[in-house]
Amino acid sequence: MRQVIHIFNKEFKDYFISPIAYIVISVFLLVTGWLFFSTFFLYNQVTLRNFFSLLPLIFSFVIPAITMRLFSEELNIGSYEILLTMPVTFKDVIFGKLLAGVAMVAAMLLPTFAYAITVAFLGELDWGPVAGGYIGAILMGSAYTAIGLFASSLTRNQIIAFITGMAICFSLTLVDKMLFLFPGSFLGVIGYLGADFHFQNISKGIIDSRDIIYFLSVVFIGLYGAHLAMQEKE
Amino acid sequence: MIRVENLTKYYNEFCAVDQINLHIRKGEILGLLGPNGAGKTTTLRMLTGFFLPTSGDIHVKEYSIREDSLDIKRLMGYLPESAPLYHSMLVYDYLDYVANIRGIRPDKKISRLKKLSELCGLSGIMHRPISELSKGLKQRVGLAHAMMSDPEILVLDEPTSGLDPNQIVEIREIIRRIGKEKTIIISTHILSEAEATCDRVVIINQGKIVADGSTESLKLTGNQDYVINISLLNADENEVKKEFHSIDGITEINTVKPDDPEMLSLRLTCMSTDDLRGSIYRKIKLRDWVLMEFHQEKKSLENIFRELTKEN
Repeated sequence: MRQVIHIFNKEFKDYFISPIAYIVISVFLLVTGWLFFSTFFLYNQVTLRNFFSLLPLIFSFVIPAITMRLFSEELNIGSYEILLTMPVTFKDVIFGKLLAGVAMVAAMLLPTFAYAITVAFLGELDWGPVAGGYIGAILMGSAYTAIGLFASSLTRNQIIAFITGMAICFSLTLVDKMLFLFPGSFLGVIGYLGADFHFQNISKGIIDSRDIIYFLSVVFIGLYGAHLAMQEKE
Repeated sequence: MIRVENLTKYYNEFCAVDQINLHIRKGEILGLLGPNGAGKTTTLRMLTGFFLPTSGDIHVKEYSIREDSLDIKRLMGYLPESAPLYHSMLVYDYLDYVANIRGIRPDKKISRLKKLSELCGLSGIMHRPISELSKGLKQRVGLAHAMMSDPEILVLDEPTSGLDPNQIVEIREIIRRIGKEKTIIISTHILSEAEATCDRVVIINQGKIVADGSTESLKLTGNQDYVINISLLNADENEVKKEFHSIDGITEINTVKPDDPEMLSLRLTCMSTDDLRGSIYRKIKLRDWVLMEFHQEKKSLENIFRELTKEN
């Protein structure tokens, strides 16, 4: 556990040493801020629902940008060898990196509290769905971070890691919007696979164990995939 | 201290390390020699727990690499080839991070970092990013990384490759200084380096150990004929050859083209059984030849290395 914290610290600090954190946070705030507030006053409703419904799509390209370096960079410069010959296990490494990615997502979401506060000034804001939205965003962020880690473990090229991660996250986000492409008997299963579907449930303020289990399973599958990919490289 | 038993590693079908057995004693400086691709790095990576062997085992003290790799990693400091360190970090931040992972207590950390920066000559570069360092400096940071927890065993993979001669001397100096109290394993393909720093040399080729011993004892292995070079002035080639052929034990006489056309230079190959220098000198003394050079070629590690690692 101690080692997880040290690795987390190092990875999280690294985001702010390099310009990645600042670029990603600015892009995220610009895009969500513009898309949310440009239509906010037309709806004339005091709710953040439109902001949260943007998140799955925006996360699918922002989070792979955060995670792309986590393994690819280590593989590229060879520091993975140095890391793994210190007294740490693969579990320490991957949980440290996962937490650093999730913390980065949280740091990205933090300034958006300003949206909630601004909106609360304009009328009576129901805080239940807002809390649900943020919890859901962190859960979905963890799931996408795990996928990004997996993509990053596949290659030493960060651009390939980014595109692979983005492709997987986009598919998960959009799969429940493409249901008309699938035969009827699969609809239930495929609908259940969609990250957006589960996220919208939570962001309504309903915290259902099925949605939590869904996101945790995606985290597990992503991390396990990364484990297999890294083992394959030995 | 370290016992390697039937160590084997396959990369898919390719056998990189083949049934290596090795015993390393405490306090030894062991040089692992071999041509590129002989399996040196693979062996070291298994030794340091980076990956597991396909078969065979490594015991360090009472630990086995299969069950207690974490304990073994705690005992070892490892510097991989060309010191692959995180580019973006400052030297100080990097060493601080390593100290944390290595479990150095926070109150001892500063004094440990100070000591290491002194030992490895890092005091001037602590606050520079690693990406800006030259190869030699990076290597020194890597060495500090390896020695962070004052480990009993130090494993260095080609610590001097790509350095300039001054830096090589510096790194060797550091290795020798720390080698007084530690077990050190160095891999290299530079023979003079092994000769200069190691107590014991293990030569591997195509994944197998082909020689094992001190540099001195290695020189005694293999073909034992030695060579004497002489240069004479005032001598006729045929006459000289005739004289020397009459000495028992000289198997071959070759003329070497001398720098000075007046001079006659010869290479005499002698059988190992006798020391023939005396008889050669006496032959020369009987004539009015002027002896300009008389030199017995030391059998070099290079020759042994080439002999042992030849493709057959």
